[in-house]
Amino acid sequence: MRITDFELYKDILIERSGLTLSPDKSYLLDSRLTPVAKKWGYETMDALSAALRGVPEPGLVDDVVEAMTTNETSFFRDKRPFDTFQETLLPYMIETRARRKSLRIWSAACSSGQEPYSLSMLINDIEQQLAGWRIEITGTDISREILQKAQAGEYSQFEVQRGLPIQLLMKFFEQHESGWKIKDEIRKTVDYKYFNLLDNMAPLGVFDIVYCRNVLIYFDEKTKADVLSRIAQQLEPDGILCLGGAETVLGITDIFKPIPGLRGVYCKSSHTHALENKVSADVAQA
Amino acid sequence: MICMVVDDSRVVRKVAKRIVQDTGFECVEAENGKEAYELCSQNMPDAILLDWNMPVMSGIEFLEKLRQIEGVKQPKVIFCTTENDVEHIQRAINAGADEYIMKPFDGDIIASKFQQVGLLQAQDKA
Repeated sequence: MRITDFELYKDILIERSGLTLSPDKSYLLDSRLTPVAKKWGYETMDALSAALRGVPEPGLVDDVVEAMTTNETSFFRDKRPFDTFQETLLPYMIETRARRKSLRIWSAACSSGQEPYSLSMLINDIEQQLAGWRIEITGTDISREILQKAQAGEYSQFEVQRGLPIQLLMKFFEQHESGWKIKDEIRKTVDYKYFNLLDNMAPLGVFDIVYCRNVLIYFDEKTKADVLSRIAQQLEPDGILCLGGAETVLGITDIFKPIPGLRGVYCKSSHTHALENKVSADVAQA
Repeated sequence: MICMVVDDSRVVRKVAKRIVQDTGFECVEAENGKEAYELCSQNMPDAILLDWNMPVMSGIEFLEKLRQIEGVKQPKVIFCTTENDVEHIQRAINAGADEYIMKPFDGDIIASKFQQVGLLQAQDKA
């Protein structure tokens, strides 16, 4: 790919999604954009680039952005965040929301649904304890195509083997001709919506926990700070933000602070969070 | 930590051995359930990657016998087989399998299964 073309796609991506495209990822462009070029009837990548430099149809730009955004995910990805959810965050929420009996979770950039479904399976595990509760899990992504896959809840044999314990596969999935389909009891617990993290978040409502893992790494520093400050507005005062293990808010914003002992888990700096003391006490006891 | 790869295919054993060693395990090999049982009687491994269909003694027969051995720390057993229907998976779980891999597999899947059964720490990565 020519450097001028790389700059074109880089500009489109940052303008439309806030995502930055580093030169070391340029090799991905050809493989990801060739199907888009074919779909729109362009025989070469040069022809696709030329069309984008003119007055492209909006649908074409959407497809280009969709093809370039990363969709890597798996069930229970990295395991530890889900252990933390099950052992610490969920019990905290059950205790503190006992009166209102409701819990809202947002899986931002949920890709093909593995993250929200993993959370839903953990919640299902204690469904008796949560009788009478209203649990809402919202999954959002910038790719309509990947959201369709998430909604369908159909996964290949490879996909279900990455991170999903066999007991959960047997409990919550049905085998079908091309792989495995998640059962309706889990599939229907997640509400999927098309959403760009650069857009106004207010219509999504206020959440108790927001998962925004492995997304910020693709944004520049200014966009990271902006997204984090707007997520903070959508969080309850004692709400929790979960980032990827390789991500941090340090040096980007002081709206959030890490909860010691819980890697990747953040609360609002303005709030003295009960989990800060609890986790410290647990660590001291251990 | 020792992982035993039990498969009648030399090629599969070779591929699995490389993956297992890459994840930090020492590897021993057996080409059927009988040989695996004899090796376990001498030195119990920490993990076993187990094929289903093998001559002399199948994987499921071996697992049922293995789980009857008392007074030893039982290894984590991960089936690794082309038998990928619900009935086979359920039978394996009932016999005491800890995890189940449906062939074809790759290094990521094996590492992820080792994590799930507590033999490997999850790595935080972007």
